[in-house]
Amino acid sequence: MSLLELESVQASYGPSQALFGVDLDVAEGELVALMGRNGMGKSSTIKVISRLLKHKSGTVKLDGHDIAALPPHKAARAGLGLVPEGRRCFANLTVRENLIAAARAGHWDMARVTALFPRLEERQTQLAASLSGGEQQMLAIGRALMTNPRLLMLDEATEGLAPVVRQEIWAAVRTLKTETGLGLLVVDKSLAELRRIADRAVILERGKSVWRGDMAALDRDIADKFLGV
Amino acid sequence: MRRETILNTLLYLAMPVAAGLAFVMGETFLITLITRAAIFALAAVGLNLALGLGGLVSLGHAAFFGIGGYAMGILAHHAQTYTPIMDTWFVLEGTKSMPVIWLVAIASSALAALAIGALSLRTSGVYFIMITLAFGQMFYYFAISWPAYGGEDGLSIYVRNDFPGLNTLDPMQFFALVFAILSGVLWWMGRLARAPFGLALSAARQNAERVETVGLGPFRLRLVAFVISGAVTGLAGALFADLNRFVSPTMFSWQMSGEFIVFIVLGGVGRLFGPVAGAMLFVLLEHLLSPVSDFWLIYVGTILLLVVLFARGGLIGSLAGREVAHD
Repeated sequence: MSLLELESVQASYGPSQALFGVDLDVAEGELVALMGRNGMGKSSTIKVISRLLKHKSGTVKLDGHDIAALPPHKAARAGLGLVPEGRRCFANLTVRENLIAAARAGHWDMARVTALFPRLEERQTQLAASLSGGEQQMLAIGRALMTNPRLLMLDEATEGLAPVVRQEIWAAVRTLKTETGLGLLVVDKSLAELRRIADRAVILERGKSVWRGDMAALDRDIADKFLGV
Repeated sequence: MRRETILNTLLYLAMPVAAGLAFVMGETFLITLITRAAIFALAAVGLNLALGLGGLVSLGHAAFFGIGGYAMGILAHHAQTYTPIMDTWFVLEGTKSMPVIWLVAIASSALAALAIGALSLRTSGVYFIMITLAFGQMFYYFAISWPAYGGEDGLSIYVRNDFPGLNTLDPMQFFALVFAILSGVLWWMGRLARAPFGLALSAARQNAERVETVGLGPFRLRLVAFVISGAVTGLAGALFADLNRFVSPTMFSWQMSGEFIVFIVLGGVGRLFGPVAGAMLFVLLEHLLSPVSDFWLIYVGTILLLVVLFARGGLIGSLAGREVAHD
């Protein structure tokens, strides 16, 4: 059984429909890349999964249970971890406080998060607002891990970062994939990195999932057609 | 040592040192004045949890201050007139025991805060301000039209209530009691601000949606903060009524809620000792300026305006730097 399962999901921002039928699933220990050009509904899909946006039809299931009625904080408690687009740490809290505020009992604690991102250990007493973009991203991932999720969603986790920092983030994602049983749903523009790391991919086109399959099957024609690369 | 820690220590010591000096000089009025500042500080420390940490601008905290005051007034009134509060199903007597009065004040104001918070926290911004103001005014008009407990004239308590082992009529001993409570609440608030609850509350003030994505419900966080905040302000109300040996509907007035906010803004929003600094400054200005002019509040208003325009972190922020830190 899939950890996360979306079936024919449609959602709107007021009168403006953003999703017209999204199907995707993520199994435990699997990394699924959610791909598509800008404005095709990737972030809206992430918002629907984390319940920040309510869907109007279709089903969203976590562990086989429909989570449509759950408010965002209960969905997070049910095991959905989100690293939102644009990092979004709690700017007026220190690194340590950001992590403590989110902490829930489980495998991931302060020691494990700082072992994954040693830079956070060095910056523990610094305000999140004073961190570099890369460090803020590490903190955002660390904060999501502190909630001990079963599924971690990373929305544009490497956007706007220096290449060296991007590599650090990808290395951490690889570690999460190989050393934990976490399900991972990753939205990113770097097709090359996703090819190296993802098990499967889902491509969205105008709010609809138009292609699903193994990463190895995502050939140049499909990439040209739907991703414009 | 950080500048704010030094400043906090100085502010903390200022009250007992000033009270001690007043005691040596035999100026009992000054001791009462310092006690009044300490009680106001306690009320504002309570509000600061909701306002400073939680970002909840409540214009109805006088309701809790008044509830605390009337809890004391009603219990002491029945004790001094030897009449039961209730004798329908069982006999409920009044009391002159401060610890019992405090418990009743805390419980009743917490309960009121739970009900008011559960309704008003569904709104935000200006609507939250208005709904808390409306609740405060409801209590105000209820107290005015409650003849059993003095109505508009209020209720006098002839003798201050008792605390085991202390002569509470002695101004210095009563000050010591109030100061001990203020110290305990400050210590607790300091711990609370650094605890996961306080950090999450502060995070929810910055961005409620982000807090939800880490599994924390902003409504519940704010409600708990509002209840604690109301309970502390209620305790301050009971002490204030005991200080004056008098309760009246003015304790419920929106001007009282406004004064609590003024203390916090003057001292520094979200700073642990901000309300203490603000209450001390306000009482000092009241003492110095009210004999000079009937319109002394104009001067306080001017100072408040200057603080808001040029010293956004209040007195503490101006002296210790603007950044709010939790260590």
